[in-house]
Amino acid sequence: MSAKILEITNLVKEFKTGAETVRALRGVSFAVEKGEFVSIMGASGSGKSTLLNILGCLDKASEGEYLLDGINVKEHSRNELAKLRNRKIGFVFQSYNLLPRTSALENVELPLLYNSTVSAKDRYSKAVSVLEAVGLGDRVNYFTNQLSGGQQQRIAIARALINNPVMILADEPTGNLDTKTSYGIMLLLQELNKQGVTILCVTHEPDIATFTTRTIILKDGKVIKDERNKDIRSAKEELALIEKNNDQQKQAG
Amino acid sequence: MSTFNLLRLAWRALLRNKLRALLTMLGIIIGVAAVITMTSIGEGSKQSIRSQLSGMGANMITIRPFSGQSQGGSPLLGSSSLQTLKVSDIEAIKKTAAHITDISPVVSSNGQVIKAAKNWPTSIQGVSPGYLSIREWKLKDGVMFTESDVATADKVCLLGQTVVDNLFDPGEDPIGKIIRFKKIPLKVIGVLSKKGESNFGQDQDDIMLVPYTTVQKRILAIDYIQSIYAAATDEASSPLATAEITTALRKAHKLPEGQPDDFSVRTQAELISTISSTSELLTVLLAAIAGISLIVGGIGIMNIMYVSVTERIKEIGLRMSLGARGRDILLQFLVEAILISITGGVIGVILGISASKLVSVLLSWPTLVTDSSVILSFAVCAITGVFFGYYPAQKASRLNPIEALRYE
Repeated sequence: MSAKILEITNLVKEFKTGAETVRALRGVSFAVEKGEFVSIMGASGSGKSTLLNILGCLDKASEGEYLLDGINVKEHSRNELAKLRNRKIGFVFQSYNLLPRTSALENVELPLLYNSTVSAKDRYSKAVSVLEAVGLGDRVNYFTNQLSGGQQQRIAIARALINNPVMILADEPTGNLDTKTSYGIMLLLQELNKQGVTILCVTHEPDIATFTTRTIILKDGKVIKDERNKDIRSAKEELALIEKNNDQQKQAG
Repeated sequence: MSTFNLLRLAWRALLRNKLRALLTMLGIIIGVAAVITMTSIGEGSKQSIRSQLSGMGANMITIRPFSGQSQGGSPLLGSSSLQTLKVSDIEAIKKTAAHITDISPVVSSNGQVIKAAKNWPTSIQGVSPGYLSIREWKLKDGVMFTESDVATADKVCLLGQTVVDNLFDPGEDPIGKIIRFKKIPLKVIGVLSKKGESNFGQDQDDIMLVPYTTVQKRILAIDYIQSIYAAATDEASSPLATAEITTALRKAHKLPEGQPDDFSVRTQAELISTISSTSELLTVLLAAIAGISLIVGGIGIMNIMYVSVTERIKEIGLRMSLGARGRDILLQFLVEAILISITGGVIGVILGISASKLVSVLLSWPTLVTDSSVILSFAVCAITGVFFGYYPAQKASRLNPIEALRYE
């Protein structure tokens, strides 16, 4: 039996815009167990960003319960939410959100700067080890603007990993990348998942969702589909396929 | 976040925008440098006035005849034409006043002093031997005349340096020579050390000292004295000595109660405090003007910090999503603002001290950099950093992480 990382029941989120009240989430419930790789899909306006904000402890639900690693998020203050984000969650964003003119190492260290229990020495060694884990061990002192999009996203993933989060929340992690690089990122996420990292990945590309183990589809603030993926594609194989096609095209050309 | 990391972060942020940081600091640099230079000029002139005044004898008390009211509608009389002070008054003061070390009458006259073919217009002052210690004046050469010289109205004199320079050839020893003042031959027995100009621009060395009886009997043919100089035991007991003199003189002049004094008693301490309060006002004014530029500098910091916060909204959102609390963000920007103002302050202090040195070297104005002006301006600029940095920092810390992350 595996532990529940996350459990939401009947989440409702309302926004007040002037006199109107917009209901972004209208009762969303699901649970994620340790080691799952979940993709959350939906058209824009389906409420997936709102859901992600709540799951990421950046926002609170209007109604409903949210248990993160057994902690009831509803009862927490702004500062306590910041601490939860710092200790429990690793964020990966579509636009990487790395600090410009700052080295890869420092970007990765960032979450630990807000955790006073980690010493400078530990911070450094952890940062180096996660950068190695994402395959950028040789780019530690590079500035972020010297790196490609794929490499930047890898730094962002390393940053998300450094605090040993209970889950990684990825918001369109491949949205800014070409297919090949996207697959590279998905390969990395799949490998991390195999090592036991729980990942929630918001995407609107069905192609990307096929690399995950479970797909949740939102529509108009409700879950319309939640099922385990039957045939999970291997990013490794897909990448090999692309390489092969490229080679054939080259030969043909 | 630890203090070290906060400082490192702020330092990085400044280095990232070197020119902007420098321009922001410029306001503070100019402000601090201005405060230090201005107050150093003010303090310097205050100190030089003070040292000049106390050079005249810091404990000196001057007594002059004075008529506070016109008598029977007649015009007020100037102190020199009043003849109310007598030698007996000195004896009366000597008897009762305990806080006086020396007392000397002063009777003076102006005239031409002649030595062979050379002559020079100067002022002759008839005094008693205590005069030198009252004025804190030293002899360069020779001796002071004695009480017995006073008793006999002896024809001896001491010369100020200016008189010596104008009557004698360089290298010539004036001691023992005979000079003449209004046909009266006077033997030079001493030369006074150089005192320089008074702060009213008077040459204090253009003087001859003779026993007061000599002036009274041989030159002016009067029996009153024009003024009395006395020395209080120290600067602090000046007021006490003043009171004693007043009591003694009122008694000697047999003034009934209710009638105003027919003399005035002025202490040097009073004069010093009057003049230094004037120059203190000057210092305060200069500091105020400089202080305004410090505030302008502070507003510059606030302005740049607002820009910096707006520019980095996305970074703030990211930091928040990674676990930064509002407080961490607040401190990040606050430390940055303080770092700007303190760095500017340090540069300003260095610049201000160099500028005041330069002023004293190039313009030969007396300047004095006081510790208090350095500490004060430095403290003010640190406070400026906190005060003007707090608002933008608070704005940053209150951002909504979701909106900040989405900000483009």
